[in-house]
Amino acid sequence: MAELTWHPARRGTARDRGNRPLRLVASAAIMAAVLLAVLLVPSLVPMDAQAVDLAAKLQPPSPAHPFGADEVGRDLLLRCVYGLRVSLLVGVVAALTATVLGTAVGALAGALGGWADRAVMRIVDLFSSVPHLLLGIFIVAMFRPGVWPVIISVGLTHWLSTARIVRAEVLSLRGRPFVDAAVSGGASRWRVAVRHLLPGVLPRAGLAAVLMVPHAIWHESALSFLGLGLPAHEASLGIMVNSARSSLLAGGWWPTLFPGLFIIVPTLAVAGLAGAWRERLDPRRRSELML
Amino acid sequence: MLELTDITAGYERGRPVVRDVSLAVAPGEAVGLLGPSGCGKSTLARVAALLHRPERGSVVVDGQAAPGWRHRAPRTLRTAFGVVFQQPRLAADPRLRLADLIAEPLRAAGPRGAAAERLAELVPRVGLSPELLGRRPHEVSDGQLQRACLARALILRPRWLICDEMTAMLDASTTAALVAVVEEYRSMTGAGLLAVGHDRVLLERWCNRTVRWELLTRDAS
Repeated sequence: MAELTWHPARRGTARDRGNRPLRLVASAAIMAAVLLAVLLVPSLVPMDAQAVDLAAKLQPPSPAHPFGADEVGRDLLLRCVYGLRVSLLVGVVAALTATVLGTAVGALAGALGGWADRAVMRIVDLFSSVPHLLLGIFIVAMFRPGVWPVIISVGLTHWLSTARIVRAEVLSLRGRPFVDAAVSGGASRWRVAVRHLLPGVLPRAGLAAVLMVPHAIWHESALSFLGLGLPAHEASLGIMVNSARSSLLAGGWWPTLFPGLFIIVPTLAVAGLAGAWRERLDPRRRSELML
Repeated sequence: MLELTDITAGYERGRPVVRDVSLAVAPGEAVGLLGPSGCGKSTLARVAALLHRPERGSVVVDGQAAPGWRHRAPRTLRTAFGVVFQQPRLAADPRLRLADLIAEPLRAAGPRGAAAERLAELVPRVGLSPELLGRRPHEVSDGQLQRACLARALILRPRWLICDEMTAMLDASTTAALVAVVEEYRSMTGAGLLAVGHDRVLLERWCNRTVRWELLTRDAS
């Protein structure tokens, strides 16, 4: 009830109280830094990420090249930032594509029910029975290398889990009396879906979308690492890790370490933010506490 | 006339909860349906309100046989029923403010623009204060929410009211108030009522006649 000032949601053990904000603050700070770097560096720093300088070939980290230089003397810090830019673009757009597709399919299956639901979910099962990296490779292979084929590939292989989540949620909402009340009040199928079912599902779909971003980034890196993602000269974290393998044998650890960290740290930050969001905004948990 | 004939209904095929039940409510009549919990009376109420498709049997509303249930029933037939459910928490969409909750059927089915005046007329009648209208379901009590649900059921001026354990979650004074609202509405419009419950004293005082579930099922067999 609104009159109560007691907030059960704020209670927790000392460990929770200490850790949750720390994780949230650290994740938010990393994401802010990443976003600033990705958005500002290309316009503020006049250096070319593709500029080859054979004199600086495989130079270890130094003030001139804080992350060192790669096997043809390109500045690794700059290339990492450009690579992250591509990764984030692919991650966000692919996660959005996958979520929209998954929500549409899941909501359709859940709202229609019966044989339509069974048919749609068998198609989902069929897709998930193929390893999605394999399916992703198949899709990329149909196009010329570039950002969009990667986005399409990741988007088309990652909507399955969202479809399952959304369908389950719609099925559970559909049986509630407030849907009966809406039907009795003359609401059409469309109105029930758009006004009562979809808003109930959106927080979960949004959360699934955010959790999908790190996954999509990893996927893009994997495809690029295998040489199937972006064109080989482009700065992409996966391509950089791949081409740095030869320098690793020559004792150059920096060309693998830094792109690797650039894949891992931002994905952990996105996951950390999503986790904090889930804890705070899970609508079911919240409504349970409010009763 | 609301006539339910030889209704057999359930949630799993071959395992009916309601078997061959027939029940009729005359216009303006208040019929109480009395039975223990879990006997199937709520299922029968849902069938009567065209919300649950029975395995067998027919429902005839004012001489018109229901061609289908839920969305397969025409909108005018569905909105001929005002339904009040047992648990207001579950029967209210948690995202809507009370004003939207009450006006929802009007927006779904009726003409736009009429909502404001109909709300102004109905809200005091069910005993809600206007400042509650801006709140969401979790910010009001069960009694206040059930008042809103009753207002929602009445807003399209239904010819039939189905009250499924409407007062089971409420205290005595709220129960009396809600029953009074229903009776006032019925005396103004001549609507028929099917009140389902397990409180014999309440139903016998409220309704013209009370049917006991055991007798209803025995008659049929």
